[in-house]
Amino acid sequence: MAFWDYANPTRFLRLVQVLLPWLIGLCLLFFAVGLYMSLFIAPEDYQQGATVRIMYLHVPAAWLCMMCYSVMTLSSIGTLVWKHPLADVSAKSAAPIGAAFTFMALVTGSLWGKPMWGTYWVWDARLTSVLVLLIMYLGLMTLWRTMEDQIKAGKAAAVLTLVGALNLPIIKFSVDWWNTLHQPASVIRMDGPTIHPDLLWPLVIMAIAFTLFFFVIHLMAMRNEILRRRVRNLRMRAAAASHPGTAAATAQPAE
Amino acid sequence: MDLGTHASFIIASYGLCLLTVLALIAWVRVDKAYQERSLKELADQGISRARPETESKGAQ
Amino acid sequence: MTGWAMALFQRDLRLSIRVGGSALVGVLFFLAVVTVIPFGVGPDLNLLSRIGPAILWIGALLATLLGLDRLFQADRDDGTLDLMLMAGRPLELVVLIKCLAHWAATGLPLVVAAPLLSIFLNVDLVAMGAVTLTLLVGTPALTLIGAIGASLTVALRRGGLLLAVLVVPLAIPVLIFGVSAADAAIHDPVPFMTPFLILCALSLIAAVIGPVASAAALRFSAE
Repeated sequence: MAFWDYANPTRFLRLVQVLLPWLIGLCLLFFAVGLYMSLFIAPEDYQQGATVRIMYLHVPAAWLCMMCYSVMTLSSIGTLVWKHPLADVSAKSAAPIGAAFTFMALVTGSLWGKPMWGTYWVWDARLTSVLVLLIMYLGLMTLWRTMEDQIKAGKAAAVLTLVGALNLPIIKFSVDWWNTLHQPASVIRMDGPTIHPDLLWPLVIMAIAFTLFFFVIHLMAMRNEILRRRVRNLRMRAAAASHPGTAAATAQPAE
Repeated sequence: MDLGTHASFIIASYGLCLLTVLALIAWVRVDKAYQERSLKELADQGISRARPETESKGAQ
Repeated sequence: MTGWAMALFQRDLRLSIRVGGSALVGVLFFLAVVTVIPFGVGPDLNLLSRIGPAILWIGALLATLLGLDRLFQADRDDGTLDLMLMAGRPLELVVLIKCLAHWAATGLPLVVAAPLLSIFLNVDLVAMGAVTLTLLVGTPALTLIGAIGASLTVALRRGGLLLAVLVVPLAIPVLIFGVSAADAAIHDPVPFMTPFLILCALSLIAAVIGPVASAAALRFSAE
């Protein structure tokens, strides 16, 4: 197990220190260009009018809530298979960010749906799957919070994340099946056969901006998590030093 | 820029996304400030990460 | 090999029937849920017979979730779980047998009670048979998936609520195909066999993923 001074986290913190300013700059640049293009340059859709501008937030957010789960799945494999000390730090800090993006995708989807469908919420296959994903993110966050021992919490969350990753395609498939049985009326399909390049470019740039934003926040959250574990271990060490003999001889999480 | 008849929905979605993004940034920054303050307090009490080198070799 | 498996099965079955009478409580809860629904949606018999299979399935899901925290909790509290971990038997198999015993004590009574409760909901005879059959095939999947949640929350003092939150998203496919198959038997947009066979497949998948993931979680929590 990782010990007090496992070299990697320290080296990782130094790497973050170097990378962050570049990532933040790039992220701001892409957001500036992307927002300008999606709000001012992109043409209106002949069918949906100006509401198509919500797409430039909705689609990247939906893409990110999938990508975030993939990052968590890879991290969970890292925790269980390679026992990399930073893997569970990565998984833990990704969960709230994923939940935030899922929330964003749901809110924009429902605000887009109101003018298009006439209601804020349609039990559409895609929206429903994203809602299930939100419940899974929140469940994982709760699991992390309720377990005292961070190493055990990491492994438990990793098992649940992997089971979830195996289940997500099944959930998606069954929700699609369920949706075709109860086809709601007048749903405008968002996966049209083609998307015009004028609409596509702002979307791509916004997606890159969102992805960069995810990595910025993820790296910063990971740094916080490492610091939090240092504080925790120092406190435990201080407590153990003041009460000799009761020092916990357990493995320490990565710090 | 003309947002048409559904301007309020567009503004609401951009606004809520902005709020979520700001909340994420605030969470990360407040958390960082808190952890660094805790580390500093511990260092002031003389508890720091300086430690004997021998132990770390045994790890993993 | 079958000797210890049979012994474990019988022990778990006997314990869960005798201690607290979980089988009876589960069925009572099922009855309570089914009784409460008409107060919510109104006593319209046509409506009730239309949503009857769904109500029965949701009731069975809730009753299963309610009993799941007992799956490993008692064994952990008295140290039996540690002995099982050290005994050298394949833990996946131990979990599978415990799930089967748990299902026989809590899931099977729900399946048996389903035809009786469907009378309250004015579900016709064909649908009654379909619901009972789908519950028979589907509830083991609920128990096996729930075992993952039960083993993840076994170390927590009040894990019951968290367990339900963790398990519900994973149980959605079972619910969808269970209700679809039961509905298909009454008014057929699709043949009954299609969703029913998918439900069988889901149960088989759960019989693999459940014990493997659950055994992994138990090992990690005992480390």
